[in-house]
Amino acid sequence: MSESDYIKELPLVPTTVRQSTEVKTGSWRGRRPVINSSRCVRCLICWVYCPESSIVWDGECVRVDYDFCKGCGICYRECPVKAVEMVPEG
Amino acid sequence: MSSSINIKELARSKLKLLPGHRHCPGCAAPIIVKLVLATIDEPVVVVNATGCLQVATTIFPYTSWNVPWIHNAFENAAATASGVEAAFKALRKRGVVGDVGVNVIVFGGDGGTYDIGFQSLSGMVERGHNILYVLYDNEAYMNTGIQRSGGTPYGALTTTSPYGTVIPGKPQHKKPIADIMVAHRAAYVATATPAHWVDLINKVRRALSTIGPKFLHVLSPCPRGWRFDESMSIEICRLAVDTCYFPLWEYGGGVWRLTSRSLEIARNPALKKPVEEFVKVQERFRHAVSDDQRIIKELQAYVDAMWEDLLNRCAVRHS
Amino acid sequence: MRALLGSVKALNGAEAVAYAVKQSNVDVISAYPITPQTIIVERLSEFVANGEIHAEYVNVESEHSALSTCMGAAAAGARTFTATSSQGLALMWELLYVTSGLRLPVVMAVVNRALSAPINIHCDHSDSIGARDSGWIQFYVENSQEAYDTVIQAFKIAEHSDIQLPVMVNLDGFHISHTLENVNILPDQVVSDFVGFRKPANVRVEYLGREVPAVLDGVTPISLGIIALSDYYYEFKMMLVDAIDKVKSVIKEVHNDYLKVSWRGYGDGLIDPYGVDGADIVLVIMGSAAGTVKYVVKKLLESGLRVGVLRLRTFRPFPYEEVVKVLSGVKVIGVMDRATSPGAYGAPLFNELRSALYDLDSRPTVVNFIYGIGGRDLEPLTVKRICEKLLEFGRGVKPASYVEYVGVRR
Repeated sequence: MSESDYIKELPLVPTTVRQSTEVKTGSWRGRRPVINSSRCVRCLICWVYCPESSIVWDGECVRVDYDFCKGCGICYRECPVKAVEMVPEG
Repeated sequence: MSSSINIKELARSKLKLLPGHRHCPGCAAPIIVKLVLATIDEPVVVVNATGCLQVATTIFPYTSWNVPWIHNAFENAAATASGVEAAFKALRKRGVVGDVGVNVIVFGGDGGTYDIGFQSLSGMVERGHNILYVLYDNEAYMNTGIQRSGGTPYGALTTTSPYGTVIPGKPQHKKPIADIMVAHRAAYVATATPAHWVDLINKVRRALSTIGPKFLHVLSPCPRGWRFDESMSIEICRLAVDTCYFPLWEYGGGVWRLTSRSLEIARNPALKKPVEEFVKVQERFRHAVSDDQRIIKELQAYVDAMWEDLLNRCAVRHS
Repeated sequence: MRALLGSVKALNGAEAVAYAVKQSNVDVISAYPITPQTIIVERLSEFVANGEIHAEYVNVESEHSALSTCMGAAAAGARTFTATSSQGLALMWELLYVTSGLRLPVVMAVVNRALSAPINIHCDHSDSIGARDSGWIQFYVENSQEAYDTVIQAFKIAEHSDIQLPVMVNLDGFHISHTLENVNILPDQVVSDFVGFRKPANVRVEYLGREVPAVLDGVTPISLGIIALSDYYYEFKMMLVDAIDKVKSVIKEVHNDYLKVSWRGYGDGLIDPYGVDGADIVLVIMGSAAGTVKYVVKKLLESGLRVGVLRLRTFRPFPYEEVVKVLSGVKVIGVMDRATSPGAYGAPLFNELRSALYDLDSRPTVVNFIYGIGGRDLEPLTVKRICEKLLEFGRGVKPASYVEYVGVRR
């Protein structure tokens, strides 16, 4: 942790002061899921099973939030129409 | 009771467990938490026993919890939750909080539930607090590096039940924790897996509509501890249910019921798979597969006996 | 005027504690019975069962769960109270640190009792003295009246906005808990006005963009009981150290405010000196035996000897500045500890007091007298002999040992 990130005024009662959405766990990933949107039937099974809540449904499209996806591949394995492909990270 | 579940609405609802948590890839615990909390309306207070879930979600300064949350210690989540519930009662009496009931939810792992937290859980249920206790069962002390717990199955390898020349893996069977909760006269008890998510959500709904202590036992496959490919967590839940290693059932109002896939298996026993199907995809059982089948036979015999027992309980009540 | 301020009841110390809790707008009580604490929880159960107070009483299955329940309730905004003794406190041990670490203002009465083994139900201070590093404020009271007064003050001190720390009110098992005394009871309304209702402290949460009460209200997403590693743990502990250092002035302030409504006070709230001014020798003590010591000292004073008693009302925070101030110039000090610390050089009160006096230009002779272990009586004659010894030391006789165990056969 850099000194500039350091929280100087700690809360009197020890509570967390930031949300983990600032922690980009996507950097852990060795392979990335890629959704073929023409094959995707918007069943959202991938949303149900994603441990990272990194499947985003905007009402029309299903996409992966790569900021957090750790590349576990559950969406790839569980997609009933095989619309997810796992691609190695460069 | 099982009103329809609109997945598209769920997927756009407020996230109560935020991304950026530090669970291992493929861990089932955050899936369980997401599904349980998506089903629960606010006001809500989550109480967490020490374990993977607590550690992975609240490393200062960051939290993944988008709901009021407290962790006290390892063995006292149920007692802490009892205090939260009692506080709301008292504060309601003196008009500080409104009449809207607060949902008090506990998440505890198998260590915090079967073992070290068992006494406080027993007390919570005996006293009849209106609390939903969710056990996410990854079948060993994963947070400390895979040591055996009361929830570890027979024959499984952990770092404290290793494959020795004298003792090959864990010598004891899994403690029937949900049965024990039924014996405590809990208001509602059920088993569930994240793979059978509709069943899981329906059980959370039924639990919440029941006043009193509720216990939900959810299987939580652990890629690191069970040693399987991290994409397999959901598939392994299916195998656990299909082999009747982890049957899906619920108990409430004096009635036992099989649910979901387990009900189908009861109606059509040909669907029941050998326990080896569940075992062979996990490296924690590698010796059981490569060895002389003795461990698998023992596990199969136990699973069969427990399944028969469950069938009797459910059937007797149905007749 | 005084007669208007309440009534006199014949209460033992345990009942006095329960009565103070009854009047202090407590929301949640959770406790597990243990001798000699039981009278406290029995009386409180009666108050709740008869609807005399609004509090929820949670009958738990262990002391560990008793404190856990109070912690959960306190985190949800409730004023909480528990009580225990000896083994019960030992079972809570882990959570003592969590309570102070979470800054939960739980108030607990500890009816002091010796620790097993051998099992023993009688008084010594080994139970609570062992918990001295847990971040709890610790009071040691002399009698039932002070037990009553201190419990009421404890809620205000614990919940003070700068403090937010748990408080342990220690009263000697049987000597205080089971001894009937006349106790002046304030009218309910006076106590209620004095302590008010719990008002939780605020924290600033960046992602909420504002200060919010550090309370599980069911809606505001705050996380309590987080993990802080080597990058922040030390700072959080330092905040606790700084907070407990501020407690002394808060204790004095609350003690003074209470004096105004009750006409009762105990020294400055931290230390309670008797005959210390101009004394040649002083005995330092905590708890009920201070009464015995004062009785002897009074007689010695009457006979013309310059002898004093310094009773410490708080052990945490340790009132070292106040102690040094009143003891500077005293030549010989006897420190009476009612706890053993096997393997240590003397018992904890002696150690801390002697350490506090080390920087004086002219250091006094400080001798430790360990007494009353497992409920062994401290007789006036023993106190008199200790005083005679100290007077000898004052005349230049060198102590044969600086740590003495009194009243033990060997």
